[in-house]
Amino acid sequence: MIDAKIPEGNLADKWSNYKDSSKLINPANRKKLDIIVVGTGLAGSSCAATLAEQGYNIKSFCFQDSARRAHSVAAQGGVNAAKNYKNDGDSVYRMFYDTIKGGDFRSREANVYRLAECSLALIDQAVAQGVPFAREYGGYLNNRSFGGVQVSRTFYARGQTGQQLMIGAYQALMRQVSAGKVKTYTRHEMLDLVMVDGKARGIIARNLETGEIERHSANAVVLATGGYGKVYYLSTLAMGCNTSAIWRAHKKGALMSGVSWIQFHPTCLPQIGETQSKLTLMSESLRNDGRIWVPKKAGDDRVLNDIPEEERDYYLERRYPTFGNLSPRDISSRAAKERIDAGCGVGPMKNAVCLDFSKAIKEQGLTKIEEKYGNLFRMYDKINGVDAYKEPMLISPAAHFTMGGLWVDYNLMTTIPGLFALGEANFSDHGANRLGANSLLQSCVDGYFIAPYTIPNYLSGELKAEKVTTDHPAFAEAEKVVREQLERFLNLKGRFSADHFHKTLGKLLYDKCGLSRTKESLEQAIVEIKALKKSFDHELKITGDEQVNSELEKAGRVSDFLELGELMCYDALQREESCGAHFREEYQTADGEAVRNDEDFCYVSAWEWKGEGKQPELHKEPLVFDTVKLSVRSYK
Amino acid sequence: MKLYLKVWRQENRESKGDMVSYVVEGISEHMSFLEMLDLLNERLIQKGERVIEFDHDCREGICGACGMMINGRAHGPLSGTTTCQLHMRSFKDGETVYIEPFRAAAFPVLRDLKIDRSGFDHIIQSGGYISASTGQAPESNSIPIAHETTEAAFDAAACIGCGACVATCKNSSAALFTSAKISHLVLLPQGKLEAADRVIKMVSQMDAEGFGHCSNTEACEVECPQEISVLHIGRMNYQYNKALILKK
Repeated sequence: MIDAKIPEGNLADKWSNYKDSSKLINPANRKKLDIIVVGTGLAGSSCAATLAEQGYNIKSFCFQDSARRAHSVAAQGGVNAAKNYKNDGDSVYRMFYDTIKGGDFRSREANVYRLAECSLALIDQAVAQGVPFAREYGGYLNNRSFGGVQVSRTFYARGQTGQQLMIGAYQALMRQVSAGKVKTYTRHEMLDLVMVDGKARGIIARNLETGEIERHSANAVVLATGGYGKVYYLSTLAMGCNTSAIWRAHKKGALMSGVSWIQFHPTCLPQIGETQSKLTLMSESLRNDGRIWVPKKAGDDRVLNDIPEEERDYYLERRYPTFGNLSPRDISSRAAKERIDAGCGVGPMKNAVCLDFSKAIKEQGLTKIEEKYGNLFRMYDKINGVDAYKEPMLISPAAHFTMGGLWVDYNLMTTIPGLFALGEANFSDHGANRLGANSLLQSCVDGYFIAPYTIPNYLSGELKAEKVTTDHPAFAEAEKVVREQLERFLNLKGRFSADHFHKTLGKLLYDKCGLSRTKESLEQAIVEIKALKKSFDHELKITGDEQVNSELEKAGRVSDFLELGELMCYDALQREESCGAHFREEYQTADGEAVRNDEDFCYVSAWEWKGEGKQPELHKEPLVFDTVKLSVRSYK
Repeated sequence: MKLYLKVWRQENRESKGDMVSYVVEGISEHMSFLEMLDLLNERLIQKGERVIEFDHDCREGICGACGMMINGRAHGPLSGTTTCQLHMRSFKDGETVYIEPFRAAAFPVLRDLKIDRSGFDHIIQSGGYISASTGQAPESNSIPIAHETTEAAFDAAACIGCGACVATCKNSSAALFTSAKISHLVLLPQGKLEAADRVIKMVSQMDAEGFGHCSNTEACEVECPQEISVLHIGRMNYQYNKALILKK
């Protein structure tokens, strides 16, 4: 039933072949076509700007007050590209292989190869826009190394690479606004997808200032609405990050894949109190020079600096001598959890591990470390009031990136014709685990280089399609459903705030569908989430009115998170293997390494919504590996 | 700890707002300032009252969404810090804290502490970009740029667009915001070609949005969470005059 539509030809030629044979639209016809782009992060802004440059009419939506604030800004470390400027053996193929292996062989060869291939042009594009990537004294671009690879292919702009790439994409978008090709709708939230004759033809959006419900029609709809890691409440994500756009598209028929594949970032600040709203990420680049350890003895209460060298357990260096502190994120996070669960955690809640720079400072000098990580150390001090030059940083794994999302084919089109999903909102390129600095890359590549080919290819078949206006009954129907939900929220007058439900759900998922899962924990979680949803439906309390109302916004998002959380558990339960970020305790070796099952689970799980309270239906897209040989993913 | 808050409450753009008093008990010094407001809002919900609306998103100091005047200072007492990165250990038990929106004629209040900063978007739209469409870029290493030049451009590009500079300026000037963008782009070789046109358009847009003029008090630099330097304003003025003289 589901066809990934991978082009013919050798792996290295597939994307060229696609571009050579994709259908074009002549410039005069482009201005007759409207495209809605929801989300203004790197994927959304770059896609909207590029399609506008080509001549299409774009409507761009975001819930923030400006397109520039989308959560892509928060990415710190860098963006990967196979430029091989370091002459250290990098190539498109090697980057492809690292990414496929990093994803634990649960992504499509053709997609991943295309990602590596397009990485080259992305750096060129960003530099042309004025992104101030770090440079060497000779004036050429600098690179650094990131987790899970042995070459230096990461381009960076201090600790704010995401922010700088975002500014580039935002400015490209603003340029098209002034050219009259993009109309922006800020402080707008998409609340439903409108379908006509089985195709995506528009959205229902709410103006978050006035409360007005608006209808917008188009020839295609692009969802670039980011990841849903905020389902765990405590996460590295922004407070507004949500699943609502993709979830509502899912309920209209778009399949969801890899739903339970959530990356827990190993270097985040630990939770220290009950009222905490956020787990701040400290860039993974810190692992280039920081050494990770815990006390050897469980329950060691000494001041960290007083614990002598021989009583420290550098567990990553011990378990994974080849990659050591630069082991991939899933492995590093799980190893931390293993030590914390064994009672060796540090900090007031015993939920953290040490990231220690004393050796690096001794070897390289304080000035060098300040130059590399000064802003991160300052941030640490601001949040914790602790000088990490003098004592170890405390870090802990936190929910971070969702590899899962809407299922898309090679065109980045969902199972709904005319509905595209880009960036973190789709499931595509990272398999079961994403490598550091590949997320900025994927969102940019999707938006600048892939969708601007594949969307016109789809639209070429739509030129003669009947014109749909917002008077179509499908809009009225979708609007009615949206209005009813909002009215229900406002009239409930229960006992608990939206945050109460969100926090309860988050805790439950951390415990039962988090860094590790078991059949038992997942079955329990499904029952508990169903009960929580029921309570939400009756006991939610929203104050205020339909105008600016953050509680009303949260209610819709939490409602969707509750349904998504249940699907995450079904997905994790069904996949009886451990792969990447998905670690089922039943499937591990004697020394605690993941056991993948290629015989039975070498496929993409694509879930279909069957209605509220009903079990979702599983579809499978077999993963075919023609080029790489499946191997045990070892970083030992 | 216990704080006495005086918070600006305003229904919408048209209505008149005023300061409302709240007493908040049970605050931990580890909480961020916004988490303290979360706590108060949770209690307001329990009482059936409308919550205090404020903009916030990333809560790690980079998105630029949050920002309020705290005891008369943009983003509160610390320098180089956004409101979300301010923690309660910066306050004393029993203190009275005044919380107001960023105020400027060009930043109308939407509700409570939420404001409309779309003027900043309009300034960028008027010319705050390099015209490089997707597909036009040359090989990235074909234009070497000196390390110091990139770093200087970065210092300007680090602006997060929060509006603290405008809020703290007695003239509500957007000179620091606008000049940071002009500096970022004019320092780089890619951005020089459009420099003259850009600076004229951006400066006139800044005026059209209703932002005031810069009278060099330098308060903006003091309150900027990214510590953007007022020297960019000097560069903007130089570029502006140069552009006017050389205008064909």
